[in-house]
Amino acid sequence: MYPRKKKESPMADSPKKHGSLALQVSGLTKKYGNVTAVNAISFQVKKEEIFGFLGPNGAGKTTTVRILTGVIKADGGKAVVLGGSAGSLKAKQKAGVVPEMTNAYLDISGWDNLMLMAEIYGVPKRQAYKKAEELFKKIELYPQKGQKVRTYSKGMKQRLILAMSLISDPEILFLDEPTSGLDVKSARLIRGFIKELSSQGKTVFLTTHQMEEANQLCDRIAIIDQGNIVAIDPPEKLRAEIKEMHSVEVSFDRKVKTESLYQLPQVSTVERVGDKFRLYTSSPGEAIVSLVNYTSRENVGIISLNTLTPSLEDAFLALTER
Amino acid sequence: MDSFSTLVQQAQRSLVIARKNIRIYYSKGPVVIFGILFPVFLFLAFAVGRDFSIQFMLPGLLGMVLFFTSTAISPAVAPWETQARTLERLISSPLTASTIILGDILASFAFGFLISLIPLGAGLALSLQIHTPAALFGGLILAGFCFSSLGLMFSAAPATMPSTIMMLSSMIKFPVVFISGIFIPLKQLPGWGKIISYISPLTYFTDIARHCIQNEGYLSLGVDFLALFAFTGLFLILALKLHQKTMPERI
Ligand SMILES: Nc1ncnc2c1ncn2[C@@H]1O[C@H](COP(=O)(O)OP(=O)(O)OP(=O)(O)O)[C@@H](O)[C@H]1O
Ligand SMILES: [Mg+2]
Repeated sequence: MYPRKKKESPMADSPKKHGSLALQVSGLTKKYGNVTAVNAISFQVKKEEIFGFLGPNGAGKTTTVRILTGVIKADGGKAVVLGGSAGSLKAKQKAGVVPEMTNAYLDISGWDNLMLMAEIYGVPKRQAYKKAEELFKKIELYPQKGQKVRTYSKGMKQRLILAMSLISDPEILFLDEPTSGLDVKSARLIRGFIKELSSQGKTVFLTTHQMEEANQLCDRIAIIDQGNIVAIDPPEKLRAEIKEMHSVEVSFDRKVKTESLYQLPQVSTVERVGDKFRLYTSSPGEAIVSLVNYTSRENVGIISLNTLTPSLEDAFLALTER
Repeated sequence: MDSFSTLVQQAQRSLVIARKNIRIYYSKGPVVIFGILFPVFLFLAFAVGRDFSIQFMLPGLLGMVLFFTSTAISPAVAPWETQARTLERLISSPLTASTIILGDILASFAFGFLISLIPLGAGLALSLQIHTPAALFGGLILAGFCFSSLGLMFSAAPATMPSTIMMLSSMIKFPVVFISGIFIPLKQLPGWGKIISYISPLTYFTDIARHCIQNEGYLSLGVDFLALFAFTGLFLILALKLHQKTMPERI
């Protein structure tokens, strides 16, 4: 009953088992008073996938994770985790969890925290020892394993917490903003580890509000805003969305009508920003050529010209503001 | 997995939780020392200057030590875990809410029971004679569970501040001591006093202890055990039900 390294399946001749689902969520809803934290969301996550849940503060990410990990109950809808309903002992036994705001026990050592988790998940002692040794090396805390957690830095604590979620060798991992507030080094270590886990066949459900992180790690990204899923796409698709958002910012030495800029080839949208115009385009180079042609034709002088590259954040904001 | 092996597995994990609590919350010098000194001093404050025999005093002292130690730490564990942000991880692990609460009760029981052995040992050292030791032993165990469950009932209020819970539980704990036949034996109480004392589970343990140490109880041992048993069941069920409801609200 204790999860093995490879999931058992009589017909699993290839490690990638297409079509088998780790998570099935339909119509999941949670209300707090008159705030709908999660509004009838539905999605599915395939086994061995890294699924990103990306959204701004208050979007409903943590609420969703808490329902999926059995910490709170949904008001409606259904969630199945590896064949068991969310919150059931069966589902919990197969999952590893890094809650958003969580701590290890500060008054005992990192090692003892890991052993406690092993006992709670019913991991046999010998196996737990071996796994803990391996994990402490992996999270680069091996020399500090016997120290009280109170003496750890924030980054060390977060790495320990990740290790605690892995001691039972879970099939699925729920990580709620595992790198938020960490320095580059700790964040990179954790991200690298997540990638590695996925390549070992684990399913990862990851929430983040960092577009870049989702992009780097995830096979698919769901964008959630105000309790609703706005889009579920692979990162490439989101990048394509961003491509549409390059812009050229220009100011002229005399009055120019917005409509005439609209008619330029390659320009999709025009926006006035103070005394400047912002022309949105998917190919800034061509847009500039047509802009220069226009100005020489109309005898207008250009005072300033800038190209603006959209950040991932812009794309994200555009998607969530829609 | 069938339901029986699930039950066994959850029972084992309750013990894991109990050990964790003892290690993290109970086995601190000040906690242990305060656990024994507080009830002893409180007791002496009432007993000093009065002409009480040791046979009369020990049952009351024992009851008070057991009652105060079993309810000392347990009400604060859930608020502590909430505040320290360790609770969400426990709830998300393969434990039912009842498993966690039973673990808390077991830890509280072990603490209360072990500390009560100190005054009992002192009594034995003074060569007090114990009639029906089995009854005293059984009474200590049953009452330990009873008071521990009561302690857990206190902690079900979804308050995050340990101090709030401690204050609430003290407001109930202190009056209980005065209506449980500790300072004034049951038989000397007026009728209305007896009726009030019957609503306190501590009354029945004190009576068992008087049977076994003084060789004179007021109620029969059977009634004492039955009442303690009923209170234990009631507190246990209430503690489990209340926590099932309030645990998610703490997060
Ligand atoms: N226990 C609670 N009581 C009342 N409202 C809550 C509670 N938990 C969450 N909410 C509300 O539900 C909404 C979603 O919150 P949630 O914590 O799921 O957001 P999030 O996406 O995780 O945000 P963040 O990026 O800040 O962690 C918010 O409006 C929040 O105020
Ligand atoms: Mg959150």
